[in-house]
Amino acid sequence: MKHEIIKKKIDKVLEKYPAAVFKNRKEHVLVNDCSIPEPQTITANTRTIPGIITNRGCCYAGCKGVVLGPLRDAVIITHGPIGCGYYTWGTRRNKGKKKSDEKNFLNYCFSTDLQEGDIVFGGEKKLRQAVTEAVQIFQPKTIFICSTCPVGLIGDDINAVAAWAQNEYGIKVISFSCEGYKGVSQSGGHHIANNGLIRHIIGTGDAAVGKYAINILGEYNIGGDGWELERILKKIGYEIVSMMTGNGTVEELSNAHKAALNVVQCHRSINYIGEMMKTKYGQDWIKVNFIGVKSTIKSLRDIARYFDDPDLTARTEAVIAEELEDITPQLEHFRKICSGKTAALFVGGSRAHHYQHLLRDLGVETILAGYEFAHRDDYEGREVIPSIKEDGDSKNIESIEVQPDPENFRLVLSRERYEKLKDEIPLNYYGGMIKEMPDGSIVVDDLNHYETEEFLKILKPDIFCSGIKDKYIAHKAGIFSKQLHSYDYSGPYAGFKGAVVFARDIAMGLTTPSWKLAVPPWKTQPVLEGRVATC
Amino acid sequence: MLDYTPKEYIQRSALTINPAKTCQPVGAMYAALGIHKCLPHSHGSQGCCAYHRKFLTRNFRDPVMASTSSFTEGAAVFGGGSNLKTAIKNVFSIYNPDIIAIHTTCLSETIGDDIPTYIMSSQIPEGKLVIHANTPSYQGSHVTGFSNMVRSMVKYLSVNSKTPNGKVNVIPGFVNPGDMREIKRLMKAMGAAFTMFPDTSNVLDAPMTGKFDMYPKGGTKVQDIIDAGNSLATLALGSFASSDGAFELDKKCKVPARVLKTPIGINATDEFLMAVSKLTGMAVPEDLEEERGQLVDIMVDCHYHYHGKKVAIFGDPDLCIALTDFAISLGMTPKYVLTGTPGESFENEIRDMFNAAGIDGKVKALGDLFTLHQWMKEEPVDLLMGGTHGKYIARAEDVPFVRIGFPILDRSVHSYLPIVGYKGAMRIIEMMSNALLDRQDRDAADEDLELIM
Repeated sequence: MKHEIIKKKIDKVLEKYPAAVFKNRKEHVLVNDCSIPEPQTITANTRTIPGIITNRGCCYAGCKGVVLGPLRDAVIITHGPIGCGYYTWGTRRNKGKKKSDEKNFLNYCFSTDLQEGDIVFGGEKKLRQAVTEAVQIFQPKTIFICSTCPVGLIGDDINAVAAWAQNEYGIKVISFSCEGYKGVSQSGGHHIANNGLIRHIIGTGDAAVGKYAINILGEYNIGGDGWELERILKKIGYEIVSMMTGNGTVEELSNAHKAALNVVQCHRSINYIGEMMKTKYGQDWIKVNFIGVKSTIKSLRDIARYFDDPDLTARTEAVIAEELEDITPQLEHFRKICSGKTAALFVGGSRAHHYQHLLRDLGVETILAGYEFAHRDDYEGREVIPSIKEDGDSKNIESIEVQPDPENFRLVLSRERYEKLKDEIPLNYYGGMIKEMPDGSIVVDDLNHYETEEFLKILKPDIFCSGIKDKYIAHKAGIFSKQLHSYDYSGPYAGFKGAVVFARDIAMGLTTPSWKLAVPPWKTQPVLEGRVATC
Repeated sequence: MLDYTPKEYIQRSALTINPAKTCQPVGAMYAALGIHKCLPHSHGSQGCCAYHRKFLTRNFRDPVMASTSSFTEGAAVFGGGSNLKTAIKNVFSIYNPDIIAIHTTCLSETIGDDIPTYIMSSQIPEGKLVIHANTPSYQGSHVTGFSNMVRSMVKYLSVNSKTPNGKVNVIPGFVNPGDMREIKRLMKAMGAAFTMFPDTSNVLDAPMTGKFDMYPKGGTKVQDIIDAGNSLATLALGSFASSDGAFELDKKCKVPARVLKTPIGINATDEFLMAVSKLTGMAVPEDLEEERGQLVDIMVDCHYHYHGKKVAIFGDPDLCIALTDFAISLGMTPKYVLTGTPGESFENEIRDMFNAAGIDGKVKALGDLFTLHQWMKEEPVDLLMGGTHGKYIARAEDVPFVRIGFPILDRSVHSYLPIVGYKGAMRIIEMMSNALLDRQDRDAADEDLELIM
């Protein structure tokens, strides 16, 4: 009954669409019904309808902006007109701190700034010259070239330029054909970046690593999240071989194949690397969630179970106890403020799921959640992958096949142990968001402006967690909005200490006195005082 | 911070490092938001639209609504006609604007999409309008995009219906809503009948009321842009952002155009008010004369806070031109002036100012912040002025920094308060003086820390 009422409300919103839009959008929305035994399906990773005010970005944004951008020791040259490079200059808050003898190019933005003549006569010459100048001025060990829409159209051969430069200057030069029009969202760009990193970087190093060596995949160190993860994991005794790609370096990534385990935070943007490394190097990956106290604890225990070492397990429990003791009083204080509130989440490809856990820790129930550029497996779990039909748009994104690397392939777990463990921890598996959502909650894929506005009106959440484009829409309507892409320039929000920062920020946003001032006093109090006329 | 920027000048012909401009469509989107009940539409990949909306939102901290044609590879190959027609249909039925202002992107420009033909074959509801501007990013900058969209407003909308309205048209240029409000206040104080377009005040600085309104109260009414063809003259504030629109009006509707500096600083504001006065026959009112007097009073009283200081200025050309003029009038030395927007006239105009004031300065159009930084390493300045991206240089060189222009992403309230007019000039002086005096205080030994400055 409850579901029917919500469904009716949603239908009323969607019915206002023109017929073709209605037909499309209704497949992207569902009301979670936990009483249904069979899995619920949702449509995702399909084209956004033209004219719809979407939050989605492009292939370039996913490749350069998200996955490659955080690597601090690479000079990333955007090959194209100026805007694309400019908008990805320092805007994602992927923090990076150099170690003594490295170079950190994160404060720099490099572009070929193509002009009309280059579009007409081709931009390859300019790109070659740009690479030459970058080498002369910065002497980087690695240069990435990322292409933009017009570059693909005019047919500049960026691969040839990269090959030429690599030969000419004896450094790594890698090209990424991530033109904005490819695919249906940022997601295609993640895949292209993953392919390039696997092909050209991962596996090229030969550093020696220790016993508990791991990679952290899909952690971009927004607001210092990666550093908090690193702090906790190192405290337990893990060695972080590489972080992909927050505060990461090409140097570190080259040794990633040496690690014993891949720990995957953002499934959507990096699962390709996880899978390819499994095939190529035998490394297992495990899905973790370091957003939320309980989920951080679970993730730490899952990793410890993988290694199955009594000392490591004991150390894990000791660290958990220590950290909990440290944060519990503060967290409890903020929990009292937040508890009982409701939230709607619309973020990227994992955070809409991850943050439900942290909000739950604070007593906040998620009533709506959606991803901007996810695929069905992010909603329904990886078991649906074989049944996802490939369409023309996804075929345009290259899917590379890798083979086991005879020198570096090794299995950490025995066959028996693997079989046992995969039932206990999310080993090479992500179960998706829907299964962990409350009954009656709404799931919306590629939420757009109209739906945002209408759903906010119907659901009246206390908190709307989205990005900058939506933030002030919610604020104007009197709903506190928290950016979960950039954290409103705060953070970290991950791990134990991050949970407290998040709780503090949410409590602050809910209780800031300004919300009460929207209505001026003269609207509610009489201002004209009557006077009795005297004769 | 910016550790690898060398002092030694290195000739570059291909690599732009730390740009001082962005692309055309974001300027076109901003201009289009200055039309009442207009939805800007980005014809290209959805990434462009997402970036532009993000960028404007970060600058103004207000909702920026715009739709996109959401190209995929198919559209890039076969043309974006079908996407645009679908988009127009959907936008009117879902978002119901009065007018859609389409701007192109690198993608749709490179494949040569013929927008007017697509518009003509689209379903446009009765009474609704669709206009467009070509905004390829491989030409000009965001300022060019702003200018192109303003010109398109005239091209598509303005009509000389032989019914003179006695109004003065004002094209305010790529300035903040707070500046647009101030320009309107000055026009009202002058008693002038006027139409200002575009006008983003009350769109991008709209009040919090507890209710989201997709089309806030602000923006120039379409009817007024149409009627701009009947005005007695157009004042284009800022040659880079506004003159094309004004000349288009002259060409199309025979409304004479006059190009002025953006009214930043005392001289440019004087010129602006004098021009309004000449056009309308109205004398500059006492109130404004009083404001001017206050400004001069401040300039005289506080000259020692900034006189003789060397300043580096970067940003959009119209801002840089006016600000350089103002700095000179304050007795400062604008040592370096740089814009990312191309334009020889920019360099010439600044050079003329240098020559007139006897300043040995450097100027560059189509420059980048790497060049500016190298200049500052070669010979340091006392103050840096420009958009947020200057903070990296300010930190690297430990130089006081005043945020002014577009974009400002790391400070708030700037978009509400004017830098134009006499009041705006006071604000600029306050910002500059404070930055310089804060630095003096920071660096002072205990015995030198002054209570009164």
